[in-house]
Amino acid sequence: MGVLEDTLDGALASSEAVAAYVAAQEQKDQLRFLTCGSVDDGKSTLIGRLLYDTKLIFEDQLAALERDSKKHGTVGEDIDLALLVDGLEAEREQGITIDVAYRFFATDKRKFIVADTPGHEQYTRNMATGASTADLAVLLVDARHGLQVQTRRHAFIASLLGIRHVVLAVNKIDLVDYSEERFDEIRKDFETFASGFDFESLVAIPMSARFGDNVTAKGGNMDWFTGPTLLEHLETIEVGEHELEAPFRFPVQWVNRPNLDFRGYSGTIASGRVAVGDEIVVAGPAKTSRIKQIIAPSGEVEEARAGEAVTLTLQDEIDISRGDLLSAPSARPDVADQMAAHLIWMSEDALLPGRSYLLKIGAKTVNATVTEIKHNINVNTFEHVAGKTLDLNEIAFCNLSLSSDVAFDPYEANRTTGSFILIDRMTNQTVGAGMVWFALRRATNIHWQALDVDRKARADKMGQQPAVLWFTGLSGSGKSTIASLVEKRLHAEGRHTYTLDGDNVRHGLNRDLGFTDADRVENIRRVGEVAKLMADAGLITLVSFISPFRSERRMARDLMGEGEFIEVFVDTPIEECQKRDPKGLYAKAEAGEIKNFTGIDSPYEAPENPELRIHNVGRPPEEVADEIVAYLRARGFLSVLGMDGDGI
Amino acid sequence: MNIMSADLTPERLSNLRRLEAESIHIIREVAAEFSNPVMLYSIGKDSGVMLHLAMKAFYPSKPPFPLLHVDTTWKFRDMITFRDETAKQLGLELLVHTNQEGVEKGINPFDHGSSVHTHIMKTEALKQALDKYGFDAAFGGARRDEEKSRAKERVFSFRNASHGWDPKNQRPELWNLYNARVAKGESIRAFPLSNWTELDIWQYILTENIPMVPLYLAAKRPVVERDGMLIMVDDERMTLQPGEVVEEKMIRFRTLGCYPLTGAIESDATTLPDIVKEMLIARTSERQGRLIDKDESASMEKKKREGYF
Repeated sequence: MGVLEDTLDGALASSEAVAAYVAAQEQKDQLRFLTCGSVDDGKSTLIGRLLYDTKLIFEDQLAALERDSKKHGTVGEDIDLALLVDGLEAEREQGITIDVAYRFFATDKRKFIVADTPGHEQYTRNMATGASTADLAVLLVDARHGLQVQTRRHAFIASLLGIRHVVLAVNKIDLVDYSEERFDEIRKDFETFASGFDFESLVAIPMSARFGDNVTAKGGNMDWFTGPTLLEHLETIEVGEHELEAPFRFPVQWVNRPNLDFRGYSGTIASGRVAVGDEIVVAGPAKTSRIKQIIAPSGEVEEARAGEAVTLTLQDEIDISRGDLLSAPSARPDVADQMAAHLIWMSEDALLPGRSYLLKIGAKTVNATVTEIKHNINVNTFEHVAGKTLDLNEIAFCNLSLSSDVAFDPYEANRTTGSFILIDRMTNQTVGAGMVWFALRRATNIHWQALDVDRKARADKMGQQPAVLWFTGLSGSGKSTIASLVEKRLHAEGRHTYTLDGDNVRHGLNRDLGFTDADRVENIRRVGEVAKLMADAGLITLVSFISPFRSERRMARDLMGEGEFIEVFVDTPIEECQKRDPKGLYAKAEAGEIKNFTGIDSPYEAPENPELRIHNVGRPPEEVADEIVAYLRARGFLSVLGMDGDGI
Repeated sequence: MNIMSADLTPERLSNLRRLEAESIHIIREVAAEFSNPVMLYSIGKDSGVMLHLAMKAFYPSKPPFPLLHVDTTWKFRDMITFRDETAKQLGLELLVHTNQEGVEKGINPFDHGSSVHTHIMKTEALKQALDKYGFDAAFGGARRDEEKSRAKERVFSFRNASHGWDPKNQRPELWNLYNARVAKGESIRAFPLSNWTELDIWQYILTENIPMVPLYLAAKRPVVERDGMLIMVDDERMTLQPGEVVEEKMIRFRTLGCYPLTGAIESDATTLPDIVKEMLIARTSERQGRLIDKDESASMEKKKREGYF
């Protein structure tokens, strides 16, 4: 088993024998699994034991380990196997595993990639990360303590991430005197509990990672246990290949065009098989063609299968680009711009419904907003609870709305075409991981009504170019005063205008909204949509809202046509606003009478690149209004159809 | 539907084929998502495998990015020859960057030690090159099994505008969905070989017959014993210390870098199968041959925070 020390000189005496050995190794397959359990369940020790027993630890590493054991070890004079695994400085110092670590070992039958993930609730995201690529999960429990809240949580997350095979490693069995009764009790508890999850296989093994019993070799003290050791089980379990039996799916990653004669589509086959001559369909536009050539890493082949990275050419010239999904015509994916999905939140900044995020699915990236949190899920009890936002490490079931149609499958049917990540548009952080539950049909039933009189026709009639002047700034900065003066000047010139004012809108359209972050996002989303309708109607629209968050101003900007959105940052320092305090609000906020007041206990994110930045301290608002009108004139908003801006 | 022979459709992809496909997927994703990627080419076996995968990923096109070699001026001569021949033969653009300030100051591994030399001629030089060309992504051939801090690094590893790595603030990385978003000045280091082990690399080289620098194979070469390591006398810049004698020995290298910092092992492995055989009985991990990792066990993490690959 493992590294062939004992037989090596005999078996590998000649180069031919080595070549044969390597050929055999090439047939070896791969199993990816994750280990989870709390710090004290001995997870790192178990992995250290697997590496040690399969001789993946080299002499110099062992020497380093002995040094480290004396310095940081927790097992007295013995070598602390956990130190092999806890890589980062902070972890060695704190004795905890804070991130996913990937470990590798191999036997003659398989190569193993182990995702070692932390167990605490605050590391749910790390566990989900490790689980996303795993075929199997090893859940550790301490035999003394039995099933814990976290054991249940880990089983739930493994199940949610689509892991179908579970090993319950009942560790530290030496500390309960190798008791068969205790082991049976824990096993039965777990089987009862896990019957609600759809695991294909569930095997419980009593072991002592510290002493190696039942990890790679039978433990001398457990004659009563007739099952396999952990390693035997990992070497032989058939994890099947659901993706091989699923219908053909191929997300196009790269269009390969070395010259005019060759047009190939490169990508990794997400599921199913494909052969030369097969018919395929481009999901969405539903254009079909047949496979002409398959170029695999080994050269041209007749057939390829799930997991292979290939380049396909087609018999017909059809327009396909990165992000498109090629599929079997007999079993097509969903195509929709709305979906219901489970979402795991991975950022310190809470998910806000209505905020625009980037969603990456396959090779496609679109804008997406969570339109509704249907319920949050308590990861310890699996209860559904109502929620308005989603915090770090929380899981919810949500509806999402996408900026365009996307092809996908339910995650249950396809882990590749049913998974996505959400990216924050400002920080570029990966903030969420999603698993599609189903497509929402609403999208297909509400069609856009094509209108014969379009926005250009309306704007032409008014002899102007629509624009959205978006005034942002702190309360008391002078936004509304300036906006009002600008509107008067435009009106005097014969321009068609409308002003949306924060306070006024909150009396009507948005009177159901408060001042939490989630409500502020929704407030701006609605105003953005209204401003868009106004611009569609041909109007020069002035929006005067504090609008404290960059993301929402960005979302509003994206709603408008190119160049239509003019961000006017009324950059008045907070000290000045507090001094002015026209509505007495700062005084109240400081007295604690108003909560979530921008600038006091709720943040204001200043624009980074506004079209106009207004410094109005010591300047009459009339002068500022003139400056803004001059800007519009210089940019051509006030001279359309050859008419001069001075009047109609 | 064509009728396939059974052996074309094994139930599971083999380990090597799965690794190969994953690496190609990563390489294509970088090429598709970034506007100005580059492939760090260090001339070693891992770089060789990575380059081989890149050629496959885009065939029949060429990889849509150049190669970059950070030349400390202390690489083995055989490496430089091999580098230039490889780029020429594959028809790829090769950029070579050397830290000229370091050269002017006469920085060298003998007088300044491995730590200063590596910092100035490798880490600083790499940052200079990335800034000079404005690359927003750089491929590296590092593997997670090499070292403990690498084991936790992402496939798409984010670097701030000063090229630093923040191990505690890494982006979660799920499925095969890689987040390629960076702001201006920031970049991604991409590691297509993350999940390969040293054994996988050699098996793949053998299976695919990938050309390698001859230094990996044993031959009689001039060496001196210094600080418990066998250092090859590759050119006249290496001066002998009192008591040192140059001997001809059958040696080879398990990793390649700057010759004064790279220890050889005595070996009779003159063919690739011999190397694999030797590796299977080896009881010493490959980085032991490199002086740069010995200072402290967390030294790699420290260097990576500073911008090292």
